[in-house]
Amino acid sequence: MSAPTTDRPASAPAPLSQLPPGSGLRRFKNRSATVVLTGAMVLAMVPLFLIIFEVLNRGIGVVNLGFFTETEPPPRRDGGGYAAGFIGTLYIMALAILMSIPFGIATAVYVVEYGPNRLTASIRFFTDVMTGIPSIFVGLFVYGLLVIGWGGLGFGTFVGAVAIGVMMLPIVTRSAEEMLRLVPDEMRNASYGLGARKWQTIMRTVLPAAAPGLTTGSMLAIARGIGETAPLMLTAFGSGLIVTAFQGEPQGSVPLQLYRGAAQPFEAGIDRAWGAALCLFALVLVFTVAARWIGSRASIGK
Amino acid sequence: MPTEAPEAPQAPEERPRGTLTSGRGRLADPIFKWVVAGCGTLVLIILALMVIRTTAEAWPVFAKEGFFGFLFGEEWTSGDSRTEITGTYGAWPFIYGTLITAAIAIVIALPLSIMVAVYLTHMAPTRLAKPLSYTVELLAAVPSVIFGLWGLHWFLPNVMRPFFEWLEGLLGWFFLFEGPVLGVGYLPAGIVLAIMILPIMTAIVREVIVVQPLDQQMASYALGSTRWEVITKVVLPSSFSGIVAAAMLGMGRALGETIAVLMLIGGSQSWGASLFGTGSSMASHIAATFGEANPETRTALMAIGVALFLVTMVINILARVIVWRLGQTKGDAAV
Repeated sequence: MSAPTTDRPASAPAPLSQLPPGSGLRRFKNRSATVVLTGAMVLAMVPLFLIIFEVLNRGIGVVNLGFFTETEPPPRRDGGGYAAGFIGTLYIMALAILMSIPFGIATAVYVVEYGPNRLTASIRFFTDVMTGIPSIFVGLFVYGLLVIGWGGLGFGTFVGAVAIGVMMLPIVTRSAEEMLRLVPDEMRNASYGLGARKWQTIMRTVLPAAAPGLTTGSMLAIARGIGETAPLMLTAFGSGLIVTAFQGEPQGSVPLQLYRGAAQPFEAGIDRAWGAALCLFALVLVFTVAARWIGSRASIGK
Repeated sequence: MPTEAPEAPQAPEERPRGTLTSGRGRLADPIFKWVVAGCGTLVLIILALMVIRTTAEAWPVFAKEGFFGFLFGEEWTSGDSRTEITGTYGAWPFIYGTLITAAIAIVIALPLSIMVAVYLTHMAPTRLAKPLSYTVELLAAVPSVIFGLWGLHWFLPNVMRPFFEWLEGLLGWFFLFEGPVLGVGYLPAGIVLAIMILPIMTAIVREVIVVQPLDQQMASYALGSTRWEVITKVVLPSSFSGIVAAAMLGMGRALGETIAVLMLIGGSQSWGASLFGTGSSMASHIAATFGEANPETRTALMAIGVALFLVTMVINILARVIVWRLGQTKGDAAV
């Protein structure tokens, strides 16, 4: 009735899986499992498409030039935009990038170029562990350390950036580490052979060779950082006005403003939240896809 | 062996061009090493500061309620003192909300992630496997506030609410599904959490399945097994510990997730067995009340944070140890 299955596991050599299965029941089980698993795959992808569709559908009418240049009116009123949030996000992200990416890459350099030893092993382990820390706890930590703690800096742009930087740091470190490992030892040896010192080899040979990969990891971390909301609630605190102060005044951000807009009951504010969701999603998507593209085009050592 | 490194910020600027044997050039190497080692220890310093600072901040609350009194106390009344702890702080309603939403998320996401991982590694047509896994990974890139917005303003009214009402009609006699259906509550928060943790769990399960030795699978095929038999009898049993690790890492994510849960769980301070009921998770309660809280209550919220941190740390470290013993993870499973 049915021909032996011709499709095969992706990784397996062909002939072994083309043996005709035994009884009808086994064949039936195999078939229905295939159907069920394909169904699971489809089910797993449905939410993404639903989200993309709905964000586009509700957001596209809201986003116009004014959305980026005007601040938000009270939630009942139409019009206006998220200028305060965009400036806040830009400000916070710029600071967070300056803090997390150099430190992350330097950590990876130490782990790869000077390891393995006990210290690098524990750095690697705790970097991994750090990716799992709840984002709200990072907010609490920065609140306890900087907002009310040492110096009592209060809410503001800088403490928000510290929180986002702490969220981004392990992501940068982890991916930079993998990229540095891909740099072939021949390149290091060639550099040593020309008389370069270790730091010169790292700065002028290893890091440039790994640059595309480092860019990929950093961009993925940025994509993650842009959308973070919870840590900012306790550090930047949020603001509906454009804030240029480095520290001391509550600062807004797009996700924070989006959350506040979505959580109140007025239609106009919710519409603007969808518009912000579209912008945020587009930003994250651009960073994620560009990161993958750079990474796949310029993969070293392969 | 450097265990602690002083900061030496002026190092990489000194470039001894053409004078490699000069004393200054020789000095640059150790300085560079100390600088990167210093950056490396920063991770450890940050983690240590986290534990010390937050615990110190929350200590008065633990001291007054007792650690277990705090965890299992059911009453949460804020006091308004600047110097001492006057309110009653029992975090059980929030701990319950955290556990129940995470449990719902795992129950839904674990089987689904195993199925998706198996499909991607063993069934997907070779040309489709890569775009499909990219799609699943893309789901991980969606910011959690967008999940919250979409969950609250589209998924809940259009899909979940009708489904809950049907479910309540069918199983309303059972205490877990007792009405009334309010819309927001534990179940919608758990379902959206399941969608959110699916990508990382799939990534880890896939990672584990891919490294299973091929010869056993080939031998099984050679003996006439169907693909389903190879998957269930050869691949999955030996992937068991990896699947446990995936479940734990997903659990860790679900426990700590804030914004999406905050928008969907309802935000009440009560707790009840019905999955349709509203409540708060630990993270969502912190986020919801922190802005307007007085200093004393913020101390108590800090204590919730410490408890949350402890739970997620234990789960994460256990999971990481399992994953590390399986071999190094790469790519997205690592993040």
